[in-house]
Amino acid sequence: MLKPNYVSTTNACKLCTPLGAALAFRGVEKSVPFLHGSQGCATYMRRYIISHFREPMDIASSALGEKHAVYGGAPNLKKGLLNVMKKYQPQVIGVATTCLTETIGDDVGMILREFRKEFSDLDLPEVVHVNTPSYSGTHMDGWTGAVRAMAEQLVVEKARANGSVNLFGGMISPGDIRALKDIFGHFGLDATILPDISETLDGPALLDYEPIPSGGTPLEAIRHMSGAACSIEFGRCLPARTAGSSLQDRFGVPNVRLGMPLGLRETDRFLEALSEVASRGVPRRYLLERGRLVDSLVDGHKYVAGKRAIVYGEEDLVVGLVAFLSEIGVQPVLAATGSRTGEMVANIERVGGDLREQPQVHEGVDFHEIAEMAGELKPDLVIGHSKGYRYARDWGVPLVRVGFPIHDRFGGQRLRILGYGGAQDLYDRIVNAVLEKKQSGCSVGYGYL
Amino acid sequence: MKCEASALLDERREQVHRTGQGPIDMACNRDSLAGAVSQRACVFCGSRVVLYPIADALHLVHGPVGCAVYTWDIRGALSSGPELHRLSFTTDLQETDVIFGGERKLEAALDELIDRHGPKAAFVYSTCIVGIIGDDLEAVCRRMEEKKGIPVIPVQSEGFKGNKREGYNAACKALFRLVGTGDTSRISGISVNILGDFNLAGEIWIIREYFRRMGVEVVANITGDGRVADIRRCHGAALNVVQCSGATLDLAKMMEEEYGIPYIRVSYLGIEDMAESLYAVADHFSEADSDISRRTSELVKEELDLLMPRLQEFRRDLEGKRVAIYVGGAFKAFSLIKAFRHLGMQVVMVGSQTGTEEDYRELEAITDPGTIIVDDSNPLELSAFIKEKDVDVFVGGVKERPIAFKMGVGFCDHNHERKESLEGFVGMYNFAREIHASAMSPVWKFVPRREVRNA
Ligand code: SF4
Ligand code: SF4
Repeated sequence: MLKPNYVSTTNACKLCTPLGAALAFRGVEKSVPFLHGSQGCATYMRRYIISHFREPMDIASSALGEKHAVYGGAPNLKKGLLNVMKKYQPQVIGVATTCLTETIGDDVGMILREFRKEFSDLDLPEVVHVNTPSYSGTHMDGWTGAVRAMAEQLVVEKARANGSVNLFGGMISPGDIRALKDIFGHFGLDATILPDISETLDGPALLDYEPIPSGGTPLEAIRHMSGAACSIEFGRCLPARTAGSSLQDRFGVPNVRLGMPLGLRETDRFLEALSEVASRGVPRRYLLERGRLVDSLVDGHKYVAGKRAIVYGEEDLVVGLVAFLSEIGVQPVLAATGSRTGEMVANIERVGGDLREQPQVHEGVDFHEIAEMAGELKPDLVIGHSKGYRYARDWGVPLVRVGFPIHDRFGGQRLRILGYGGAQDLYDRIVNAVLEKKQSGCSVGYGYL
Repeated sequence: MKCEASALLDERREQVHRTGQGPIDMACNRDSLAGAVSQRACVFCGSRVVLYPIADALHLVHGPVGCAVYTWDIRGALSSGPELHRLSFTTDLQETDVIFGGERKLEAALDELIDRHGPKAAFVYSTCIVGIIGDDLEAVCRRMEEKKGIPVIPVQSEGFKGNKREGYNAACKALFRLVGTGDTSRISGISVNILGDFNLAGEIWIIREYFRRMGVEVVANITGDGRVADIRRCHGAALNVVQCSGATLDLAKMMEEEYGIPYIRVSYLGIEDMAESLYAVADHFSEADSDISRRTSELVKEELDLLMPRLQEFRRDLEGKRVAIYVGGAFKAFSLIKAFRHLGMQVVMVGSQTGTEEDYRELEAITDPGTIIVDDSNPLELSAFIKEKDVDVFVGGVKERPIAFKMGVGFCDHNHERKESLEGFVGMYNFAREIHASAMSPVWKFVPRREVRNA
């Protein structure tokens, strides 16, 4: 079937670029995300992020008005940085441009150089900047761009070899980051995970409001990334230039690119990579975890056998989900994303080896298009973030929520999908969604299923 | 304990006041300070809030993807019929559009969407970037209006042109283009338009029911559960009833000037304000309908007989608890302060994103000495105020919620995204119940703030 080709977008299946950057900047210790643009963008993004994480999310803005739009935003950017410094005392400020400042052509790099010169008498924080026009890219470009900007702008010297591993995990949940830290720990490896939102976007109840939430990747650790034994980055659809590739090019830190460790094989690959760096076998606890996962796949295989799923979201998440579904006997019939890296088709073919038929794969689509295609595909199951809810409801099929945003359910920040443990959680949820649907749609109401 | 100096930037001092401490002289309606994490949104947001609930219109955001995505069905504005407003339409401008202009894409998108959905009108919102690249929205809309035979209305809501207030104005201008284009015959002499209610969680249905019981015809809901055809003929109504300070007041003024329709300002929040609003409408029509006052007081009495005993139960638990309020428009704050008095609670901080000098003077007049009054605040200030005043319950919007929760403070969502109706007498009950449920939850015993105190 040919994908319809519309001019307008209805219910986009993507978010804007600076949102990804702001989220990534939130994962650095004592850092404040800062949007160079008008006030509204920052406020909207804060609201959006808050509804998923249910955590404070301060994003400063240069709050440009009409005259700045005409004469340039440099004065407000500088003033805004000074105000953020005064109020937050950050170690890092992560500046992302918006459509507005990209269009008026503010040269943020130059403005920041001026700023450093003008205020060289002050104890200035690190200011990292990234270009994030939403008219060329999505929130994922913002995320990877910001992570790369941090690696390029904060890691400027070769550090002494320290044997640790850099992990660029992509836009994954705080719950998954905590699990990954455990995995590194059990391999006896030191890891620098950049960014690390596991605490900054999922913190404890507090006595006081912290201007900047505690946690995040320490600046020192970031600087030491140039001395790591290797970098691992998750994502098969990443651009050629990434944080990992930059560290490899400039400091010779080997960069290993892996798919998101979703499901058995992709997790196997990840643990193999760790085995190699750590020069030791996979710890027994993960062998057991894997064994239990396989055991449960056997227990549940009949419930999900042949079920048809629509999968949507960020490309690498979608690729990972297809990889996993292909292992459990669920047939993905449509794999869709709002972004356009051009990498998804080939990668889905690569990971979907066990599938009886390859799913339709579409980039750059919105929910209107997904819905049109879904009509003929007769899905039993939808897997993706909250924005597909309306459609799943219309089709009368369950929505298994993964990714970002999840703002119609509780606990999005704790959701786990990575590693064997995450695959277990996800598998249980998929099987249970199928069972629930079966139960609620049946007149007898079986108590044993 | 004083608010720590570090929480307040020097440039913001004139935007904070304490009741009773010297004359109030608030700086307000200023641009937000660069680098201060303002809770405010933009002009576009203001227009979107106002126009969004018109359910049979197409709402197309001309701009890059974000502006449209962030406003996709985030309000609780319900419709009794069509639900076109709940979809998020955008031209999703791409780099080439930014370079060569987006007019052609806009025109094509309108063409496509109007054919697909058959809306009764289309609103086209311009965002920051459109203001910069200078697309001629007027011209495109005019062409499409001719081609499609429905009103196609540009909303000049470039985000950077000011704050949310400017957006209200842009929305009112857009609405005013519709007003006066419909047939007004067969409209009763005892009729109103409901302005400034967005039918969050079905609130406008509560209000319409009150008017029905009073014998007042409602011509148009502007804009909750709104319909284009109603708005086109709303100049036939005898009175405009305007809720909330900012959003639709401009429209009421324009209609007064052009069509000689008087307006009154009302609030449906809390007991007195709700009752007073109904009485004000009854008064307005008392000459034309000599029985309307009786019907109205009967209605109020019936509702209060139901409500008051139920409120007393809540009050027993809530007496003396301390409240902070931070809302969009200041008008809502007045009603909330009164509502909290009924629950025996003490308001210790009140602020708004877009209050006027006048609003703040009035807030100072109705609050207790020492109450903090603040304009265009931010998380650091708000958290400092909460701590200083040892607040039990905070009323605000989604962006305020995590501040309260992080510090172990109860919270009630009172903005455009709420899914619980808080207007009318039944709304007061819902409100009290929610405040009670939150303030009395056992979870506060475990939060660090209270653990320390309890120890
Ligand atoms: S202008 Fe750009 S950055 Fe701002 S909200 Fe819209 S899409 Fe996002
Ligand atoms: S780009 Fe402008 S219109 Fe869009 S959200 Fe940002 S400030 Fe508002």
